[in-house]
Amino acid sequence: MDPFVTLTAAAVPLDIANIDTDQLLPARFLKKPRSAGYGNFLFHDERKPGFPLDDPAYAGARVLVSDRNFGCGSSREGAVYALVDGGFRCVIAPSFGDIFAANAAKNGLLTITLPEDAVAALRRQLQEKPGAVVTVDLPAQTLTGPDGRALSFAIDPFKKECLVEGLDDVALTLRHQDAIDAFDRSDAEARPWVVPGA
Amino acid sequence: MTSQPRSLFEKVWDAHVVATRPDGQALLAIDRHFLHEGSFHAFGMIDHAGRKVRRPELTFAVADHYVPSHSRARPIADPEIANMVTMLEANAGRHGLRHFGLHDPAQGIVHVLAPEQGLTLPGLTIVCGDSHTSTHGAFGALAFGIGATEVSHVLATQTLWQRRPKTMRITVDGALGPHVTAKDLILAVIAAIGADGAAGHVIEYAGSAIRALSMEGRLTVCNMSIEAGARAGMIAPDDTTFSWVERRNYAPKGALFDRAVEHWRTLPSDDGAVFDREVTLHAADIAPAVTWGTSPETAVPVTAAVPDPGAEADPVRAGQMRKMLDYMGLAPGMALEDVPIDRVFIGSCTNARLEDLRAAAEVLRGRRAVVPGLVVPGSVPVRRQAEAEGLDRVFIDAGLEWGEPGCSMCVGINGDLVPAGERCASTTNRNFPGRQGPNARTHLMSPAMAAAAAATGHLTDVRKLDLRKLGAS
Ligand code: SF4
Repeated sequence: MDPFVTLTAAAVPLDIANIDTDQLLPARFLKKPRSAGYGNFLFHDERKPGFPLDDPAYAGARVLVSDRNFGCGSSREGAVYALVDGGFRCVIAPSFGDIFAANAAKNGLLTITLPEDAVAALRRQLQEKPGAVVTVDLPAQTLTGPDGRALSFAIDPFKKECLVEGLDDVALTLRHQDAIDAFDRSDAEARPWVVPGA
Repeated sequence: MTSQPRSLFEKVWDAHVVATRPDGQALLAIDRHFLHEGSFHAFGMIDHAGRKVRRPELTFAVADHYVPSHSRARPIADPEIANMVTMLEANAGRHGLRHFGLHDPAQGIVHVLAPEQGLTLPGLTIVCGDSHTSTHGAFGALAFGIGATEVSHVLATQTLWQRRPKTMRITVDGALGPHVTAKDLILAVIAAIGADGAAGHVIEYAGSAIRALSMEGRLTVCNMSIEAGARAGMIAPDDTTFSWVERRNYAPKGALFDRAVEHWRTLPSDDGAVFDREVTLHAADIAPAVTWGTSPETAVPVTAAVPDPGAEADPVRAGQMRKMLDYMGLAPGMALEDVPIDRVFIGSCTNARLEDLRAAAEVLRGRRAVVPGLVVPGSVPVRRQAEAEGLDRVFIDAGLEWGEPGCSMCVGINGDLVPAGERCASTTNRNFPGRQGPNARTHLMSPAMAAAAAATGHLTDVRKLDLRKLGAS
C-alpha cells in the first residue's frame, strides 16, 4: 500500500448524502478481478450529464468532498478499489459508513471527517471555483481549503500510522503471536463449546 | 466480581481482547468467520502472501450471493456466475473449510443458515465480509461486517484490530399492533435516528417489545442495524434464544450445552450499565411501514403521503429529496397507498425465514397476485418446512414464483434483476439506487405488506386488506 503523507490536488464536490457502496461500485462488477482495474466502474450508473466527476473543470481531481454517511451500505471493498483506481486518495465528508472507512484505510485512501457546515462550505467553494486545489497534511492533521484556511481533523492514531507508513496489518499482528496462542489455550478451557461439534 | 456494571456488548468485547495498543486499538479474537462467493479477493491476498487459514474449524463458506433461484442444475448457465460459485468451493477445499455449496441440504443465505445450523451462539464474536453480519447479534453475539483486507487478516490470524465502539441502547416498550412486525419496528428505528444515526456505535435493543419477539423477529431487527450505520446490533440472550439453539446441528450438546447456557445467562447487561446514547420508542406508535426514497431512513407509515421537498428548509436537503423522488418517480403529496407497483420480491436475509413466509402466505391465501413476483426462501431447511406446510402452494396458486434459496433479487447478482424503471415491493433491506438492478425502484416493507401489495397491485396497508377479507367472508 502506498504511504499517505501529504497531498495537494484538485477536489470535486458531490452534494449527495448517503452515497452507498452500490452507487460507488454497482454489484454486477463485483465479479471482476482487481487486475481488471476498478476505475472504470466508479459511479458507473451515476454517470449522467452534469455528474461532477465528468465535468472537465474537475478533471484530475484526487479528493472527493461529499455529504453525510458516505460509503454506507455493503461492505464491498471494491468500492474503495474503484475510488483508488479512479485516482482518488482522499474523501472528505461529515460522516462515513464504518466498514467503508476501515476498508479505505487498508488501501491508502484517507477519509477525513469534518463538521457538516465545514464540509458544506468546502463544497460551495469548490462549486464556485471549479478545479481549485486543497492540501492535506496527514502528519499535521490539517486540511487547507481553496480559501487558504487550514482546518484540523481528528484521526485514529492507529489508522494514521498505518496510512503514513503504508503498513501491512498481518505483519503487525503476528508480533502478537504469543498473546494469540495464549488466548486460544485459555479460551479452550473457559468456553469449550465455541469450537463447533457435529 | 464486584466491578462496574457492564453492558452485554462490554462483556462480549472484554472477553475477546487479546492485546491492546497504547493508542487504544484492541486485537480481538474472532470465534466465527463466515465466507461467501465474494471472498475471492481475500483468498487471493492470503495466497499471494503464502499464508494459511489459522483456524479452519471456525471458518465456514456458504454459497448464497450468486446461486440461481430458478434451478439447481449444474453447470450454472452464466459462466461468470458459475465461476464465482466454483471459486468459493475450490478456495474452501484447498484450505480445508466446511463448505455449504449449491447442493448442500443446509445451503442458504449465510445469515439464515448459520443461526439455523447452530453456528451462531450467544457471546461469540462473528465476522463475515458482508455488512448484514449484524444479523447474528440477535443471539447476543458481537457480529459485524468487514471488508476483503480484514477478511484476509481474519483468515490468517483469527483476530481483528478494532477500536472499541460507542454504545447505544434502543428501548422499545409496549406491544406491537396487529400486522406490525419486527421489520416495521426496525424501519421505525432507522427513520427515527437516521441512516447514519448509529455510526460508530453498537446498538443494544431492549424493552418489552424486543423481548416479545421470536428469534426470527430479532434476526430481522439486528439485520438492519447496519442501515442505521451501526457497527453491530445485539439483543440479550434469554430462554427464547436458548431454546432456538438447543439441538441445532453445530450447537453444543448435553452437559456442554448446559454449561454454555450457564455462561450465556451472565451475558445480559447489568442493572446500571451505562450507554453512550439512549433512544426510546413506543411499540404502540409503530405502524406498518414503507420507504418512499432511496435510503432506508425514508421509512414512513404506509398511511402517509409522499413528503414535499418544498417544505424542507435546508436547500441541500431539499435538493437531495427531489433527487430521490425523481429516481423513484413519485410526486410530493401523493398518498403512498395510491402508488402502483410492478412486482414483488419476498426474500433476503432480512425476511426469508419461516415466520416471514408464513406471514406473507397468510395474506395471500385464497387471493391472486395482480403483479408478478418471486418468493425466495432463506435456506433449504426453510424451503422444505414451508413446503411441508403448503406455503409454496399458496404462493404458486397466487401466481408468484417459488425459488431456490439464496440472495436472489435482494442484490440481483445471480441474474434476478428488477427491470429498469420498474417499481418493486420488496422485503429486503436496501432501497439504494440501482440496488435491485439499474434504475430499479425499491420500496422496503414487511412480508405481509409485500404480500398485500401483490394482491392489490399498489402499496397497501395490510391491516385494511385483512379487514376487507373478514368483511367478505
Ligand atoms: S440477502 Fe441481500 S443483504 Fe442479505 S446477504 Fe444476501 S445480498 Fe446481502
